[in-house]
Amino acid sequence: MTKRLLINKLAIMFSSLMAILGLAFLAWIIITLLLKGSSALTPYIFTHDLVENGIRNLLWGQFVLAGLASLIGIPIGLLAGIYLQEYGNHTKYATFIRDLSDVMMSAPSIVIGTFIYAIIVIPAGHTNGWAGIAALFVMMLPIVVRTTDDMLSMVPVELREAGIAIGAPKYHVVLHIILKAAKVGIMTGSILAFARIVGETAPLLYTSGSTIYMETDLTQTYPSMTVSIYNLATMPDEKLVSLAWAAALVLTLVVLMLNLLGRFLIRDKRL
Amino acid sequence: MKNKMEINDFSFTYKGAKAPSLKHISLPVECNKVTAIIGPSGCGKSTLLRSMNRIHDLYPGNIYDGEILLHNKKDEPSQNILDIKKENEFIKLRQKVGMVFQKPTPFPMSIFDNIAYGLKLSGQKNKRKLQELIEKSLHKVALWEEVKDRLNDDARGLSGGQQQRLCIARVIALKPEVILFDEPTSALDPLSTLAIEEMIFELKQDYTIAIVTHNMQQASRVSDYTAFMYLGDLIEFGATETIFIRPTKKQTEDYITGKFG
Repeated sequence: MTKRLLINKLAIMFSSLMAILGLAFLAWIIITLLLKGSSALTPYIFTHDLVENGIRNLLWGQFVLAGLASLIGIPIGLLAGIYLQEYGNHTKYATFIRDLSDVMMSAPSIVIGTFIYAIIVIPAGHTNGWAGIAALFVMMLPIVVRTTDDMLSMVPVELREAGIAIGAPKYHVVLHIILKAAKVGIMTGSILAFARIVGETAPLLYTSGSTIYMETDLTQTYPSMTVSIYNLATMPDEKLVSLAWAAALVLTLVVLMLNLLGRFLIRDKRL
Repeated sequence: MKNKMEINDFSFTYKGAKAPSLKHISLPVECNKVTAIIGPSGCGKSTLLRSMNRIHDLYPGNIYDGEILLHNKKDEPSQNILDIKKENEFIKLRQKVGMVFQKPTPFPMSIFDNIAYGLKLSGQKNKRKLQELIEKSLHKVALWEEVKDRLNDDARGLSGGQQQRLCIARVIALKPEVILFDEPTSALDPLSTLAIEEMIFELKQDYTIAIVTHNMQQASRVSDYTAFMYLGDLIEFGATETIFIRPTKKQTEDYITGKFG
């Protein structure tokens, strides 16, 4: 009896300790970012491009790349997820796609970057915005597919049957009942998927590249915040290094806020 | 016309299963009466009920055998619902044969829209008429007084018993000819159960009702006829009084007296 209680106490202590350890590293990262990044974090950098020691073009570029990738990736992923859960379900084909998505989700991002480099950047002759978008799209697609699939699978089967039993065609039930019931979950999944790709470096390294100038033509080398952070961090000029810290801080805060928004939506979820 | 539906020599095999889940069932469902189907878990009672509006067809590959006749009103000829193949015919069937499930299944929308959904699908576009039909069906399930001031609230905010009554209102708004109840009170508290039982008793004036229930007291309280099923066979069918007081088969008697099941 007492032995059981003792083991229980030890297990709680041990797991709490590990949780604190994990949190400590997270706090360490954020504190370091704050300390090193805040000195260069001035209003100036938001109104000037990298050529003038600002990050305006980088912010623009990063969000255009991730935003357009989401604009293409979310609808396609959503439709694929709906197919998997509502129409394919346990057929061999659907199981195959589901497994493939799982594999794709854990594919190293640098591999995806290299793949896009081979099929888009080399034929085009130089890094460009579309290639960056394509790489981020490939990264994002399986995430959206699987979250949609999972969120739809949490909608009770009785709700589908009730819709059918009232004389609704299946597509109508999916569109007006099932998607509505899973709306919050799917929205949250999409936000988290966006948050996931907006901070990626490896897929952009050889695809969009990065530039110190403002750019709006997606067929040209496109500014990317993450790639520039990578470049600036190894510069001898201390000013540029602290600019990289500031950019990293901004990016971290954005991703953190997107994640918090996602969690908040989940917490608010009904059903 | 005495019977609303007639199940004749009906067998049903689930997709991929070796043995049929229902074997040669023959059962009449009389007009404006309540027919209860009882039996232990796995006896096939829900499978039988779910064949009567072909909801099984949501999952393709099952095998039907025999016939289930639906006698239409007056002039129209009777129809073997097992012959239905086209989606629009399925939709028509399900508007005629409505279903209430075990767990309350409010749609993720307002109380008003929960009922309006099926009505709009069946072609009712007139706003005033919609309002009228919705109020009427809410009155019928004795929910109107409780929800009349919050028709635009999310239906998922209602209590379990209220949700179930809303689901019944949703079905009767479509003016079906038959209503199938699949253990409609097994997720509800005793008071809500009582309310639903009383409602079923009143509904039979206008509708033909078939109900699957685990609860034998419930069957004896609400039904006119009772069918006892065991392992995919229909063991005994008759007037509820006869089945409960003087069953002819030993299996029925054992089940009803609680010796097994």
